[in-house]
Amino acid sequence: MAVVTTMPDPGAQAPGVRPHPARRRVRLLGVVPFFGYVGIFLAVPTLVVAVGAVTGDDGGFTLDNLARLGDSYVLAAFGRSILLSAVTALLGAVLGALLGYALVTARPDGLLRRAVTAASGVLAQFGGVTLAFAFIATIGLSGFVTEFLRDRVGIDIYASGVWLFELPGLLLVYAYFQIPLMVIVFLPALDGIRPQWREAAASLGGSTWQYWRLVGMPLLAPPFLGGTLLLFANAFSAYATAAALVSQGSPIVPLQIRGALTSEVVLGQQNLGKAMALGMIVVVALVMWLYALLQKRSAKWLG
Amino acid sequence: MAGVIRRRARRQRLFRWVVLTVLGIFFLLPLVAMLEFTTRGAGGGFSAHTWRLLVDWPKLTETYPDLSTGIRASFGLVLLTVALTLVLLVPTVIWVRLRLPRLRRLVEFLCLLPLTIPAIVLVVGLAPVYAWVTYFLGGSPLTLTFAYTVLVLPYAYRSVDAGLSAIDVRTLAEAARSLGAGWPTVIWRVVLPNIRSAVLSAAFLTVALVLGEFTIASLLNRTNLQVAVNLLGKSSATMSVAVSLAALLLAFVLLLLLSLVGDGRRRTLKKEIS
Repeated sequence: MAVVTTMPDPGAQAPGVRPHPARRRVRLLGVVPFFGYVGIFLAVPTLVVAVGAVTGDDGGFTLDNLARLGDSYVLAAFGRSILLSAVTALLGAVLGALLGYALVTARPDGLLRRAVTAASGVLAQFGGVTLAFAFIATIGLSGFVTEFLRDRVGIDIYASGVWLFELPGLLLVYAYFQIPLMVIVFLPALDGIRPQWREAAASLGGSTWQYWRLVGMPLLAPPFLGGTLLLFANAFSAYATAAALVSQGSPIVPLQIRGALTSEVVLGQQNLGKAMALGMIVVVALVMWLYALLQKRSAKWLG
Repeated sequence: MAGVIRRRARRQRLFRWVVLTVLGIFFLLPLVAMLEFTTRGAGGGFSAHTWRLLVDWPKLTETYPDLSTGIRASFGLVLLTVALTLVLLVPTVIWVRLRLPRLRRLVEFLCLLPLTIPAIVLVVGLAPVYAWVTYFLGGSPLTLTFAYTVLVLPYAYRSVDAGLSAIDVRTLAEAARSLGAGWPTVIWRVVLPNIRSAVLSAAFLTVALVLGEFTIASLLNRTNLQVAVNLLGKSSATMSVAVSLAALLLAFVLLLLLSLVGDGRRRTLKKEIS
């Protein structure tokens, strides 16, 4: 025999009814662990970076660290980082979009599309040390392709110096995770393009070129730009691949920050790493904000 | 018209195969090269020595103690991080959805925030926090789980949130409550089984991310799989490439399983509809 008790508190509050303050406090207890955790391991680190960036070695407020971002070697690192991210983002976006388009022209439930999508998922995550070693095994000094080209074809790809461990090498290696990421973020937009639009354009006498110029490209421009921005942020934040590949010097900002963290503290530079970190947050946040704007726009058109 | 469509289909097929061949070579070449590199014998012939050593755990531990420490630490981290992420995130997201809808935007914002904070930046701020962690819990690599949970928050949140959006949480909870269930029962026995595949996919993503993490471990001076592999690369390139390839294949299998889980969900949904 089940005892039916009346429940004083049904699952949902009726709209417009403000709950009793005491009960609201009890309810808030449920999210305390989450907010506590996020506070310690996300908010505190962010504050440490932000506050540290404007704190001098004596513990007082100063703008010196931020002013040091104007030093030529820091500026050069930011410039190289932005160049690397922009070039690999554009390259990745164009090639990724082409690959995505090649996939949507195939059968949607076919094996080809499934295989490439799954592989893209893995390769987009495939950064870091693994990627660096993959390229060392491929075009390192005793790599597969290097030896093949040298012994069989007679081309020495390193005739004018070993470029794999410098900026040009990073460009090539970053493309390896940027292209798959573009495929993943751009496919939904490509799927939003309906074949009927093309048929409509054709029945009105439009050519393929006209269709792409007047219908396809304007529709795909926002998601394409959004994807490019996401790729930019992705490359700009990447650290592990570069850390494993570049052993001499610190050409890009993440490696400069590594230098600031691990090297002997130079007087007056204690917080320079934090200032550079803050600079990175500003760049990434700006890019992600633009991305969110574009995302909203393309959701309206291709949703 | 039919002729135009046929011609267009042919052109598209040609385009498809050109693109796929060129990019396919670019993407497969490094993987093939890794395999070739790890099976290269002393005289230029074939040798499976590295791979045989890799699956022989006692001998591997003896030959590369750092590597086995790193592997063990990474697997421990995988378990801890999956557990911590799910325990922290799933009840909170369900609770916020049911009882504190006003907080939903804030929780979403906080969960997605790590996307705009690069790991290298996070580690700068984490250094003082980890001084305290080391003070209280010691310097074990397993303490990295706290940082990793933050790293996986965006992915885990998206997955769980999508899972919750697909079901009618409110009605389920009201039904359970009207039958006399307490809140823990509602979350554990009513809502959770309904978002099983979303939770599973959050767990898989966490595994893939933790296995590949290098930045934070290396800069907080703790040894995990990737740090050990990177260190090994300086002395034994062949072994480090082999471990990298093995880790990559493991991640590939996991994400393939993930896509199958997603497929299974879609298929059951379709079955229910029809």
